[in-house]
Amino acid sequence: MKEGYKLIYQKPKTLREKRMHYCPGCFHATTHKLMMEVVEELGIQEKTIGVCPVGCSVFAYDYMDVDMQEAAHGRAAAVATGIKRMHPNKIVFSYQGDGDLAAIGTAETIHACNRGENFTFIFINNGIYGMTGGQMAPTTLEGQKTTTSPYGRDPKKAGPPLKMCEIVSQFEAVAYVERVSCNTPANARKAKRAIKKAFEYQIQGLGTTFIEVASNCPSGWKCTPEESLEWLKEKAFPYFPLGVFKKPEEV
Amino acid sequence: MSEIKLMKGNEALAEAAIRAGLQGYFGYPITPQSEVVEYLAREEPKHNYVLLQAESELAAVNMMYGAGGAGARVMTTTSSPGFSLMQEGISYIACAQIPCLFANIVRGGPGLGTIQPSQSDYFQATKGGGHGDYHLIVLAPNSVQEMVDHVYLGFELADKYRSPAMLLSDGAIGQMMEKVQLPDPIEYKPDKPWATVGKKPGQERNYLTSLYIQSEEMEEKNIELQAKFKKIEENEVRFEEYKTNDAEIIIVSFGLSSRISKKSVDMAREAGLKVGLFRPITVWPFPANKIADIATRKQVKFFISVEMNAGQMVEDVKLAVNGKKPVYFYGRMGGIIPTPKEILTAVQERSRS
Repeated sequence: MKEGYKLIYQKPKTLREKRMHYCPGCFHATTHKLMMEVVEELGIQEKTIGVCPVGCSVFAYDYMDVDMQEAAHGRAAAVATGIKRMHPNKIVFSYQGDGDLAAIGTAETIHACNRGENFTFIFINNGIYGMTGGQMAPTTLEGQKTTTSPYGRDPKKAGPPLKMCEIVSQFEAVAYVERVSCNTPANARKAKRAIKKAFEYQIQGLGTTFIEVASNCPSGWKCTPEESLEWLKEKAFPYFPLGVFKKPEEV
Repeated sequence: MSEIKLMKGNEALAEAAIRAGLQGYFGYPITPQSEVVEYLAREEPKHNYVLLQAESELAAVNMMYGAGGAGARVMTTTSSPGFSLMQEGISYIACAQIPCLFANIVRGGPGLGTIQPSQSDYFQATKGGGHGDYHLIVLAPNSVQEMVDHVYLGFELADKYRSPAMLLSDGAIGQMMEKVQLPDPIEYKPDKPWATVGKKPGQERNYLTSLYIQSEEMEEKNIELQAKFKKIEENEVRFEEYKTNDAEIIIVSFGLSSRISKKSVDMAREAGLKVGLFRPITVWPFPANKIADIATRKQVKFFISVEMNAGQMVEDVKLAVNGKKPVYFYGRMGGIIPTPKEILTAVQERSRS
């Protein structure tokens, strides 16, 4: 530390020293950091096992300094179930995108939630398939253009976008469901609080915890990071409202 | 304690898994193997294993990936259509090198097929089954006793080589009852420093993946896997011979059909034909060297592969014999079990021609 300087921020020690591959402005990087801050603050680095998906965050194990397993596309919830059932006292999370969690892995998601599997879903919903080059996702908004919906998503053809928080909050055994975002510093702080609560509820054994991060994809949406934040506020939040959908009764 | 019981193949398999230190079972019901999960469900309160009926075979195999990756001794059982569904996960498990045990209680296919016994999943079991270059260690039991013995052996080999292992059985062995000697239960103490059980202080984190996006790294991983497969081929080949020493005709047969073929050998001997049986116990690694060796024997006239399928193992027999002697095939399909007499007739016809 230089003389006269005061350390006011540093990245959590639970993030590895590795340059991230994420595009500028992408919330994956922000969410990774928030999660690892929570792991550091709760002192659970040695007890945490993560599952990363297929999609842009397929390399999450390169960044998060916890034990991790990389799952097949859509199967993260089943993989997390296997880990948590064998190690009920460890903290387990699955980190999944919208294609992973809400299209190819819908069955695994729904059944893990219905069984109340005591792990935490971190669901990155950016409404597009980023890794494969910008195709339509189950959460692509009506009228939103992607490479496989070049004239805009037509709900008559593709159905309306799936609202996962609204769906999974219906399950009895699900303890906590919140949709957050990282589009402003204030919202990022809220997102971190939600992730922390989810992990705490998991430690208390309350059941499935599910945090959806309403996210962006400047590259896939073909806009600047700033424009992606505008899109979130104007188009995404009205359809995917932020807030708590379910929380434990005693809280 | 070691004890002798009369048991159904599927139930013996389940009991053997418990005794071999099973820690996690993830499966989905399918005929003709549902007795495995039913037995484990009944016995669950007496033991410490985790039992979970998954929402599909797809979920089950990925629960295996998770639980096995986190260091547990895990097993799943299924039958042909279910095993097809598991192939994606098995490919990932093979690359991430997660020890675990599968059992395919094969029924006739293709498609939904029949619930009657078959051996038509030989290709799928021995050649990989899913995408990419890999093998499972494949044991082919031909009795209820071997359903038990191969569970122990399968778990052991899976751990030894950090590899998925499987029992390639069939609906008849799964369903029939026989006397079986159950071995003593073992106290399973896994030593798996690679498992994802939480980062140790001062050590690198553990991670399991099958993703190597740079071609050089992916080739490196493949070289590592192939070296392991070679080691397995060198060390783990198992087979059984019956009256092959002076045999002029060699029946090659695995699993259920090998048992029937044994009877055909005795019938042939009574009829004055010098027939012997060569039975691969590991169908991968395949006992190719031993078959090649037998093919060089002067008195051996031909081989005939007897299978309950359209002719699958016969390709491996031909590769092993490598043109030294004729290799024929006899088989029944669709869940039909050949009789010893009809196998004998097939052998006699070839021997006359």
